[in-house]
Amino acid sequence: MTRSLAATTFATVVLLSSSFASAQAPSGKVSVVTSFAKDVTDPFKRAFEKAVPGVTLDVQNRNTNAAVKLIEETRSNNQIDLMWASAPDAFEVLKGKTLLMKYSPQATGIPDKVGSFPINDKDGFYFGFAASGYGIMWNERYARANKLPDPKEWQDLAKPVFFDHVAIAAPSRSGTTHLTVETILQGEGWDKGWRTLKEMSGNFRQVMDRSFGVPEGVNSGQVGVGIVIDFFAFSAQAANFPVKFVYPSVTTVVPANIGIVANAPNAAGAKAFVDFVLSPAGQEVLLEPTIRRLPVNADIYAKAPKDYPNPFKDPQFQKMISFDVDKSEARTAVVDTLFDQIVTFQLDGLKAATKSIHDAEAALAKKDNAKARALVTEARDLVAAMPVSETQASSEELRAAFTGGKQKGARQSELEQQWSSFARERYAQAKTKADEALKLAR
Amino acid sequence: MGGFALFHLPTIGQLRRSATPGQFALALAIFIFLILFLVIPVGTVIYVAFTERGTGSFTLVNFQDFFSNDLFMRSLWNSIWVSAMTVVWASVIALPLAYLTTRFEFRGAVLIQTLGFLPLVMPPFVGAVALQMLFGRNGTFNLLLDDTFGFKIPFMEGLSGVVFVQALHYFPFILVNLSTSLRNIDRSMEEAAQNLGCSGFRLFRRVVFPLAMPGFVAGASLVFVKVFDDLATPLLLNVKEMLAPQAYLRVTSIGIADPMGYVISVMLIVGSVLVVWLSAQALKGKDYATVQRGGGGLSKRKLKPLEGLMAYSVVVFLLALVLMPHFGLLLMSFATVWSFSPLPDAFTLSHYGRVFDDSWVYVKNTLIYASMAAGIDVVIGTAIAYLMLRTKLIGRHWLDWLATAALAIPGVVIGIGYLRTFYDISLPGGAPLASFWMIIVLALAIRRLPYALRACVAALQQVSVSLEEAAENMGATKARTVRRIVVPLMAGGILAGFVTSFSTAAVELSATLMLVQANADAPLAYGIYVFMQSAAGRGAGAALGVVAVVFVGLCAFITHLIVERSQRSKGFES
Repeated sequence: MTRSLAATTFATVVLLSSSFASAQAPSGKVSVVTSFAKDVTDPFKRAFEKAVPGVTLDVQNRNTNAAVKLIEETRSNNQIDLMWASAPDAFEVLKGKTLLMKYSPQATGIPDKVGSFPINDKDGFYFGFAASGYGIMWNERYARANKLPDPKEWQDLAKPVFFDHVAIAAPSRSGTTHLTVETILQGEGWDKGWRTLKEMSGNFRQVMDRSFGVPEGVNSGQVGVGIVIDFFAFSAQAANFPVKFVYPSVTTVVPANIGIVANAPNAAGAKAFVDFVLSPAGQEVLLEPTIRRLPVNADIYAKAPKDYPNPFKDPQFQKMISFDVDKSEARTAVVDTLFDQIVTFQLDGLKAATKSIHDAEAALAKKDNAKARALVTEARDLVAAMPVSETQASSEELRAAFTGGKQKGARQSELEQQWSSFARERYAQAKTKADEALKLAR
Repeated sequence: MGGFALFHLPTIGQLRRSATPGQFALALAIFIFLILFLVIPVGTVIYVAFTERGTGSFTLVNFQDFFSNDLFMRSLWNSIWVSAMTVVWASVIALPLAYLTTRFEFRGAVLIQTLGFLPLVMPPFVGAVALQMLFGRNGTFNLLLDDTFGFKIPFMEGLSGVVFVQALHYFPFILVNLSTSLRNIDRSMEEAAQNLGCSGFRLFRRVVFPLAMPGFVAGASLVFVKVFDDLATPLLLNVKEMLAPQAYLRVTSIGIADPMGYVISVMLIVGSVLVVWLSAQALKGKDYATVQRGGGGLSKRKLKPLEGLMAYSVVVFLLALVLMPHFGLLLMSFATVWSFSPLPDAFTLSHYGRVFDDSWVYVKNTLIYASMAAGIDVVIGTAIAYLMLRTKLIGRHWLDWLATAALAIPGVVIGIGYLRTFYDISLPGGAPLASFWMIIVLALAIRRLPYALRACVAALQQVSVSLEEAAENMGATKARTVRRIVVPLMAGGILAGFVTSFSTAAVELSATLMLVQANADAPLAYGIYVFMQSAAGRGAGAALGVVAVVFVGLCAFITHLIVERSQRSKGFES
C-alpha cells in the first residue's frame, strides 16, 4: 500500500519537476546509469549532493553493455538522465543511435587531449572526465612463489616463464580490453600485433568474461598476472592488496566518459552533474583511494599523493601511440570475434602449441640444430597466421555479416566456423612441427 | 505463431466434455498469465532465431548453422554430459542426508534439512569468489596441499570442476523433494513389507525408494534442467564451451545482431522441456498415491550407538563439504586482505559497518519480491498440478511444458523481453509499467515457477484420488474438496516449492539487473553486485552475501519447523 502510494507521489514529483526543469535551477532526482562500482559512485554522489543542494543522484549500476541495451530498449519513454562509463566505444554506439544529447560543459582548465587522445567527443555528445591507461598488473606474493620476473612490456608476457600465469578479459566482453587489443594492433600493425597477441595468449591461464574478473583474480592470487586498466590496480593497492602495475611502452591513455541521454527527464540536473564532475571539486574526488583515476584537469595533480601518475607530465605518457578511433570503430566486431574464435575458444590448442614451441626452444638453447630451428620458426608462423587481412577486417562485406546488413551474404556463424577451424588446424600443425623440432634437438 | 497450426486443435465440444467450467476457466487464466508474462516477452526477443539475415523472412537456416558449427556441437555434448554427471553426484550427496534425517530418529533433523538446503542460496559473484578462495588453483586447500605434499588437486578446472561445483550447489533440489516424498510415504506400506520379512537395504531398495520416486524424479529432473541451463557456474569456472554460457555471451555482447544466441536459447528450451517430458514418461503408469495420511511418513527408528556414530559422521562430512562456500564467504566478510594465502591476513568488522545502512532496504525489497514471487508460484504450481493430474482437460500438459520452458530461458532474455513488452505501457502518472517494481516480482515468479511446479506435481502424485472421491461422495463441491482435502495433503510439497522458489528468487540477478530502475527498488543480489565491482568493495559484498544467506536460511528454517509441526499435529509423534 505505502509502496504504491510512494510510487504515485514519486511519479507526480518527477512529472512536476521535469516540466519546470528547463527553466529552473537543478533539483529533484538525477538518474545515472553507470558501469562504475559503488566505491567510485558513492564519493561523487556525496560531493555532488553537497555542492548542489536539492538534488539527489540515483545511481543504477550495470555493466556497460547492459547499460547501452537498457537505454536503447527504453528510448520511447526514457527515464535515464546520464550515461557514465569507461569505454568510449559504448558512447560511440549511443551517439550513432542518436541516444545522446549535445551539451557544452561550463568547466574550464581541461585541455583538448590527454596523451594523444582527444578528451571530448568532437561533436559535443560526451565528455571525458578521467583518463585511464592500460597495462600489466601482477600479484607480488604469487610472483614470488612462482619465481616470476617483473613484466615491463607486452612481449615479456610471451616469455616461457609466464606460461599459464596470465589472464585477460575477452575483448568482446570488456570495452577496456577491446581498446587494449586495438592499441596493440594499431601500435605494432595488424600482422605483427596479432603475432604479439597470440604469443601472449599462448601463456594465458584464462580468458575471462568480465573486466573486473581479471583484477579480482590477481587480487586473490588465483592468477599471477592480468592485463587491466590502471585504476583497477591503483584502487587495489589503496585497499592494501599486494599488487603492482606497469604501463608498457605501447599503450595509450583513454578518457572515461559521461554523456547526457537524449530526452533526459531531468536535463537541468543532468547538466549540473556533468558540470560538477568536470569542475575542480569533482575532479578532486577522483583522487580518493577507492577511485584512483587520473583527472583530466592538469591542476588537480598538485593535490595528488606522491607517485600518482600524471599523464600531462610523466615522460612515459608522452611517447604513447596515437589512437585512431575511426579505424577501431570500423572493425570492432571483426576484431572481437576473431579474438574469440582464434584465442578464447581455441585456448587449449593454442596453449599446447605454445608449450611445445617453448620446450623446443629451451632444448635448442642447450644444443643448437639448424633444421630444428627452421621447424620452430615454421611453427611460430603457423601460430601467427591470420584468416583475415587488415583490409578485409574493415571491409563492408565483413561488417555486414556482424551488423545484420540488408544484403544477403555470409552469416556470422559461418565466418566463425571458418576462422575457428583455420586456427585449430594451424595450432595442431604448429604443435606437430615443434614436437618434431624437440626430437631433433635432443 | 505459425507453429500452432501444426497441432490438432480440439473443438469446443471436446473441450467442454474434458473438464468442468471452473477448471476450464482456471486453465484459461493460467494460460493467459503465461502467454502475457512468458510467451510474449520472450517471443519479442527470440523470434530472431527464425529470421533470415537481411530479409527478415522465416527460415531454419540458423538451426542448420548451429548443427554445422563445431563449437556449438561441442558445447551441446558438454552440457548434456555435465548435467547427467551432476545428477549422479548430487544424488550421492542428497540420498544419505534425506534418508538418514527422515528415516531415523535424528537429533537436529530440522537443522540438517535447513543447512543442507543453504547451498542453493549462493549469492552471485561473492559465492564464486569464496569458492575460488577455498578450492581454486591457489585456494586454501591447494596452497596447503602444495606446501605439505607438493601437489595440487584441480577441484575447479574444466568440465569436472563444473560437475563438482554444480553438485554442491544444486543437490538441495533432490534433498528437498526426496525428503518430502519420504515423509509422505504411508507407514503401512513399510510395515506390510516388514511383516513379509523385508528389512534393511532391501526394504529401502524395493519399497521405500520406489515409493519416493516422484520426489526423486522431480528433484533429479530439476537438477538436470537447471545445470543444463545454468550459466553462472560455468562462467565462474571460466568454462565457456557449454550451451548456456554460449547463449549468454552472444546475447549480451554489443554490436552483434546475430541470431545464434537466440537459436541456442531455443535449443535450451527444447532440451529442458524434453527432459521434463521424459521424467513424466518415467513415472507414467505407476501409482504412487497412498491413502493413509495420518502416519506422517515412515516410522522413525532409533539408531544403535555405532550406527549413530557412522550416520553422524556421514552427515557432518557432507554438510562440511557443501557448506564450504558459505564458510569461505564468512571468512571473506571478516577479512582485511586475503590474497594467495590459506587464510586472510587479518580480520575486521568494518565491512559489516559499511553495509549496515544500505542493507535494510535491500533486505526489505528482497523479502517483498521473493515472497510474492514464491506465493504466485505455489498458487499457479498447485493449480497446474491439479489440472494435470486430476482432470482430462485437453492441452493440460501444455501448461506444464510452457511453465517449465521458463527454466531454460536466460534471465537476460526475460529482462530484455519485459522491457520491450512493458516499457511502452504507461502507468497513471507517465512512468512506464516496466519501471514499476511489481514487474520484477513477475519476472522472478516466471523464472522460479518451474521449481514450485515440480514440487507441487510430486506432492499431488502421492495423494490418492480416492480421498477426494470420498469427500465428493459426502457432498463436498470440487472447490471445497480442493481447499479442505487436496491442498492440506499437499502442504509439505507446496511448502517445499515455496522455499525453493523463495530462496532462489532471493539471490537471482540476471533478470533483475535488467529491470531494476531505481536504487530504492533494488534487491540484495543487486546490492552485492554493486559492491563486487571494486577491490575495496569485496569485503562489503561478502558481508552483504552473509546477510543474504542468513536471511534466507532463517526463512527456510522457519518453514521447515512449520512442516515438522504440521506433520506432528496430524497425529504423529516420533
